[in-house]
Amino acid sequence: MSGPESTPEAGEPPLLEVTGLEAAYGRARVLFGVDVTVGAGSLTCVMGRNGVGKTTLLNAVMGVLAPTAGRVVFDGEDVTRLPAHERVRRGMGYVPQGHETFPQLTVAENLQVTLEASRHRDRGAIDEALEVFPRLKDLLGRRAGFLSGGQQQQLAIARALVTRPRMLLLDEPTEGVQPSIVAEIEAAIVRLHRERGLAVLLVEQYLELALRLADGFVIIEGGVVRRAGTAGDLRDEEVRRLLAV
Amino acid sequence: MDSLLNQVPIGLSIGAVLLLVALGLTFTFGQMGVVNMAHGEFIMAGGYTAYMLQDWAGSQAVLAALPVAFAVAGALGWVLERLAIRHFYGRPLDTLLLTWGVSLVLQQAARDLFGAPNVQVVAPGWLTGRIEVLGGALPYARLFIMALAVACVAGIWLYLSRSRPGRRMRAVMQNRQLAEVSGVATARVDQLTFFIGSGLAGVAGVALTLIGPVGPSIGTYYIVDAFLVVVAGGLGQLRGAVIAAVALGMLNSYAEFWTDASLAKVIVFAVVIGFLQVRPQGMFVLRSRALT
Repeated sequence: MSGPESTPEAGEPPLLEVTGLEAAYGRARVLFGVDVTVGAGSLTCVMGRNGVGKTTLLNAVMGVLAPTAGRVVFDGEDVTRLPAHERVRRGMGYVPQGHETFPQLTVAENLQVTLEASRHRDRGAIDEALEVFPRLKDLLGRRAGFLSGGQQQQLAIARALVTRPRMLLLDEPTEGVQPSIVAEIEAAIVRLHRERGLAVLLVEQYLELALRLADGFVIIEGGVVRRAGTAGDLRDEEVRRLLAV
Repeated sequence: MDSLLNQVPIGLSIGAVLLLVALGLTFTFGQMGVVNMAHGEFIMAGGYTAYMLQDWAGSQAVLAALPVAFAVAGALGWVLERLAIRHFYGRPLDTLLLTWGVSLVLQQAARDLFGAPNVQVVAPGWLTGRIEVLGGALPYARLFIMALAVACVAGIWLYLSRSRPGRRMRAVMQNRQLAEVSGVATARVDQLTFFIGSGLAGVAGVALTLIGPVGPSIGTYYIVDAFLVVVAGGLGQLRGAVIAAVALGMLNSYAEFWTDASLAKVIVFAVVIGFLQVRPQGMFVLRSRALT
């Protein structure tokens, strides 16, 4: 079974290759054999309506949820059975849905605790992450739980960057974020992707945003991939129908 | 009026005992959510550790026992977590039954090893005697327990707020899944948390030998009080546990002063239950915009 062509640079082995992934919450099956690939340095967008399994897909790829079948290969290594923190050490960075932080820790501690758990332990990683979101520099002493939703999301992405990932998994990074910060977050994703060459697996509901950012996409419906392709294909009618609410 | 003031040091010393027995639970129950009914038996293990060390350390056994009991009870807790409890995370009722069974087994083991009657640990000479405080007499042993409680709280506070493993522990307790995807090996943090929480029960057990004998069922006397303090203080909140322990100690001492020992227990229970009706989360809660 080969993954759908979502990498622009054909021929090069993909950074992430997910094949036949199945996942369930208890007896409720959510994913029924999903294939996704993300090429090194490319941005793949996972789309679909609410409740089709997008977040479940990211959780299963990340190892937060143990898949019931299928394989997750990252950088040529089968990581399907590895715990999530081992995947982080191999270069997968995850920003879960809902601007998650350690609420009682300060912004600085949020980054610090992540650095201490990382493989490289290089303090420079915190400075690099703060360069992406300079606003956070003024908030280092504040408790994360008291930041606004947008600031929390910036912290959440910065925290993932501290691990120096080669790929970022972003779950609806602009949801519940005030409009003034949405643009900043979008610009940051573009910079990370285009300037630093970070591969991204992005879950995004909004077609416009996906059109601006994605190299490739998959559309999920009912726990299976309905369509996959390159950014150009996103413009056709069938895709719009699949995404219409 | 004098006799009213007399109750203050007594209340504080009861509070210190409550705090010591509850401190470990703020880790295992408060932070990890494990209802460990065998926590009382880790207290017992601490007491028997002091008893055993008498052969070697004589009357200074209590001092020598503090670190040893921490290690012994901690190791017991670590083994329990590894072998059993970790398979039941997220299943509180099963955990309750499991650890209750372990508690019975450990009590019987103590009976087999040390015999059913209580045993006495001789307090060091410098802990016998008493001083006058606020018109009442306060035994040195009680003062020592208070100092020990203060030292333990200070130590835990420093550990949690200043050390790397402490910071990691707080991160796991505040957002387990995020910690895992930040690269923290959460299962290893759980092991350490359980070790420390159980070890603190051992320290409490040593302290209890200063105010009474050690027996196989000593844990059952204190387990309910310990849970009471943690729940009233707010889960996982060190500050809450300290305030709840002192408040319950005071309440207990005054209720006992005006009524009698068993009625005092009833009053304390009633007050805690009433309090939890008003504030089910206890005194302090983790609060943030993220949780609202």
